[in-house]
Amino acid sequence: MTNATTAATSSPLYSGRRRRNAIAKTLAWIATAFGLGWLILILGVLLYQGIGGLSLSVFTEMTPPPGAAGGLLNAIVGSLIITVLAVLIGTPIGILAGTYLAEYGRHDKLSSVVRFINDILLSAPSIVIGLFVYEIMVAPMGHFSGWAGAVALAVIVIPVVVRTTEDMLTLVPDTLREAAASIGLPRALMIMRIAYRAARAGIVTGILLAVARISGETAPLLFTALNNQFFSVNMDQPMPSLPVVIFQFALSPYVEWQKLAWTGALLITITVLALSVIARSLTSRKSS
Amino acid sequence: MTMTSMEGANHGPNVAVPVATHASLDTSKLKDKISIRNLEFFYGDSRALKSITLSLYANKATAFIGPSGCGKSTLLRVLNRMYDLYPGQRATGDVLFDGDNLLRPDQDINLLRARIGMVFQKPTPFPMTIYENVAFGVRLYEKLPRAELDGRVEQALRRAALWDEVKDKLATNGQSLSGGQQQRLCIARTVAVKPEVILFDEPCSALDPISTAKIEELIDELKQDYTIVIVTHNMQQAARVSDFTAFMYLGELIEFGATATLFTTPKDKRTQAYITGRFG
Repeated sequence: MTNATTAATSSPLYSGRRRRNAIAKTLAWIATAFGLGWLILILGVLLYQGIGGLSLSVFTEMTPPPGAAGGLLNAIVGSLIITVLAVLIGTPIGILAGTYLAEYGRHDKLSSVVRFINDILLSAPSIVIGLFVYEIMVAPMGHFSGWAGAVALAVIVIPVVVRTTEDMLTLVPDTLREAAASIGLPRALMIMRIAYRAARAGIVTGILLAVARISGETAPLLFTALNNQFFSVNMDQPMPSLPVVIFQFALSPYVEWQKLAWTGALLITITVLALSVIARSLTSRKSS
Repeated sequence: MTMTSMEGANHGPNVAVPVATHASLDTSKLKDKISIRNLEFFYGDSRALKSITLSLYANKATAFIGPSGCGKSTLLRVLNRMYDLYPGQRATGDVLFDGDNLLRPDQDINLLRARIGMVFQKPTPFPMTIYENVAFGVRLYEKLPRAELDGRVEQALRRAALWDEVKDKLATNGQSLSGGQQQRLCIARTVAVKPEVILFDEPCSALDPISTAKIEELIDELKQDYTIVIVTHNMQQAARVSDFTAFMYLGELIEFGATATLFTTPKDKRTQAYITGRFG
């Protein structure tokens, strides 16, 4: 045994393999460091620029006129309302469509068409979605509105939820479906009581990822909810949101506005990061 | 194999025990629970079962044996219409369950499956507590007061020889049990619905020898109240648990008879070759 090992380690074949392994490993390390480096850099700059502006007034005061101090309250509330509404509109549609693809239409031709269109929608530029909703809602209504913003974001939520729901339901083994059928469970009940339960963590993760995705979207909101300098919970009126305020303030020449833009960017990043961590821990708890 | 040429012929190896007496001794007094008549089964265009005619007797255990791909699992999955879940699979012929053709298109499949339960190769506990796993099926068809439901759950778990191991942790997830326990939980779940027939599809192939022995013992007890059909790759298992055995090969039923007869004096060369381990 010892003889065989020494023979193997000293052979040129083996040392060559070790050398190639070392090179590949180094390249992998460099690639990882390069990718992560940017992320750390972005987070670092955000923290450096944004943390100074983080104070109670950010959450209690409205966006200020140029040259004055203020906060982001109206933008935060607007973002929350639009995001929650978008998820409320998009999630049921997404889950139902994903359920059709995974459970009822798995062998249908229609499914491959739906899946293909969904994939296109998934990668559609969000500015196109914003223009689309502008055409079907803002133009006919004659004014920008919170509703239009929520619908535009819902269009982004739907394909994400469709995809994750289908994927997670497909992971539920067929043996579990057969077991449910074998005690006389009708298909609809099997899906609601067994398949959804088995795939729950994954489906919730998909919804959280969709929330993370839309909470930073700016382009669709520029065409739909626009912005509002004042506090507004009227969905029929233009509504402020964090990304649009950041966009506007960051491009402005006023130092106070730029500072608020950094703070807003930090807030969004922390939110998205938190959502991702929650989503990740949900899936890992499921698999353990 | 050049055995197909001998199909149907009686080539028993040593006919020391007269086969005929065995057959008349057993079957004439038995009641058919399920009568399979000229059953054909198709996966798309390919025929997987060829004109199967077979009786499954009430309160007896019947084993389906045969090499992989012979159609024994397919046959089992016809009996509770499990194939209905998949498009492109269809069966023709008659399968009479207490005289009622279960293949007829207007058959209520969910009710049928409540009467003909199934235990699968891999344990398939639902993603819920042990208690819920068993109570789930009961609640589908009966609205019971809590105490009575508790009783049914306990009774089913006792029936499956699992009660003593889980009575203190009924609220834990069923998927946290060991493989053998999970399989007994699945048996409890099936029994709780009060079926008349229980189909076992290689129920022990994923289990260790001790768990296997427990399940076999269980099947033996369940025979008193249920008609049992078991598909198995393990011929010793078929010999241990079944009263009747059907040997299948290439989608055909080659031989069917009392287990003792089939294993000692098979009538067909192919049966003999299979049970002596010469192919399969």
